[in-house]
Amino acid sequence: MGQDERLDAPLIHSGEWKIHYDYAVGETATRFFLHLRDEGKIAGKKCPSCKAVLVPPRAYCERCFVKTEEWVDVGPEGTIEAFTIVYEPFDGLPPPPYVVAYVTLDGATTAMANFVTGLDLSVPEVAARELAVGKRVEAVFSDEREGMITDFHYRLK
Amino acid sequence: MPVKTAIVGVGQTDYRFKRTDVTIQELAVEASLKALEHAGMTMEDIDAFVIGIAPDALLGINAVDRWIGEALGVTPRPLLRVNTGGTTGAAAAQAGYAHVASGMARRVLVVAADKVSESPDAQWVLNTAMDPIYERSVALNAINMCSFQAVRQMDHYKVTERQLASVAVRSRKHAQLNPHAHLRAPISLDDVLSSRYVCWPLKLLDCCPRSSGACAVIMAAEPVVRANHSRAAWIRGMGATSNTIYMGDKMGPGRDVDHADWDELAMAAARAYQQAGITDPIRQIDVAEIYAPFTCTEIAAVEALGFAKKGTGGLMSEQGMFDMNGALPVNPSGGVLSANPISATALARVAEAALQVMGDAGARQVPGAHQAVATGIGGTLQFHTCMVLASDT
Repeated sequence: MGQDERLDAPLIHSGEWKIHYDYAVGETATRFFLHLRDEGKIAGKKCPSCKAVLVPPRAYCERCFVKTEEWVDVGPEGTIEAFTIVYEPFDGLPPPPYVVAYVTLDGATTAMANFVTGLDLSVPEVAARELAVGKRVEAVFSDEREGMITDFHYRLK
Repeated sequence: MPVKTAIVGVGQTDYRFKRTDVTIQELAVEASLKALEHAGMTMEDIDAFVIGIAPDALLGINAVDRWIGEALGVTPRPLLRVNTGGTTGAAAAQAGYAHVASGMARRVLVVAADKVSESPDAQWVLNTAMDPIYERSVALNAINMCSFQAVRQMDHYKVTERQLASVAVRSRKHAQLNPHAHLRAPISLDDVLSSRYVCWPLKLLDCCPRSSGACAVIMAAEPVVRANHSRAAWIRGMGATSNTIYMGDKMGPGRDVDHADWDELAMAAARAYQQAGITDPIRQIDVAEIYAPFTCTEIAAVEALGFAKKGTGGLMSEQGMFDMNGALPVNPSGGVLSANPISATALARVAEAALQVMGDAGARQVPGAHQAVATGIGGTLQFHTCMVLASDT
């Protein structure tokens, strides 16, 4: 076959993955989410060895490899450890702008991610100053809770 | 004692946004044939194959190793597919090295390929790589996980957006020397600083592109190298570390490492340096190829590799320490900020480091480079690799 101009635009075949999964979250996360949904409270699990209060809770301490048993309520206030303000739209993710932050809830050893709401994000530099590392926030719970991490979000104190 | 091992062939396609003229398997073959040519070998010479492909959903082809393997003519030889996210290419190199160093194979082909542009948005795919129970639904992706690092660098060390921008400007300047690089147009500090915020504080030009391309290297055992190859990049050290997927564990009061830093990379480097006999990295390393898809990540890496004290990497970048004519040239290839074919990216760092010590890096050659270091990162900044390559054993 000789030169073929049609090869300047090779054919494209489109495809799509749409696959449903039902994730069993396990007993530990089930207790966490039911406590969140029914009591409006956030709890971590304490490692009997290193005493870390792991939030989000885990069945085993990843450092000590021992089973965690004790539940400890944390928050609802906490401290911002890191944040970002998302201004770019991404397929399949929420419409911007929005804030995601890691917050160490009072009594926790680790930080947990969630959205921060209630800010004017129109000027990035101004919004970023409001959100500095070390700023205090509180967990605010939705009225209609489903047993999901998005049943709460953070708001600046 | 491990068998001494060297890279004797390197092949890279050009990295471009799209490669509509080839399939992913043809892309992998293209890089592999180039590596074989560079090594003066044929496919028949290869004892074993390692394929690096990051999460399948980036390509939208499940278990794509099944397709690529046969295109390389592996039958009946062993084939291993490796996936550790962004670290994939470096982990594939690590697996190839293990094959040769253990004596199980004498010549190994390591190849990685990607066409990140074939889905409209990699960040959704990368969001599905997060913990599905606690973290996926709060919109985490690869860009915002690095933004968290940048925010902590700015808080802990007073890193400035101008320091971050200096990394982008230098990378693009170096990319002009590399015909394989995807983004080669020069940019200024003002261009970076005035580009739009993607995930604050990272702006568009603080971020890598989405690229298509493939990279292959051939590794061989010492007797093969001595008999057949006048130039080789000897693997003198290799270290790797892993850590938790939960970034929040590296931020709270109980943290043992900080998300601002890459102490995990420092640990991998310490192991690689110890094997290579490196005690003074700035003096003993001539060039570095660092996996840094965002400007802030390079700052963390140069500190972890011992090129700058913790908290000063941004300042050293701004002052020109990592320029081609600086004390320690970083990413003469233009780095990940100039091309990011995700599966192949970390292998390209190894390949570029090898080319440097072989003296085959063309216009981007660091004169007299004898010893080079290549790094990889992946996951939620949780997998780290560090390889030391040198022109002698």
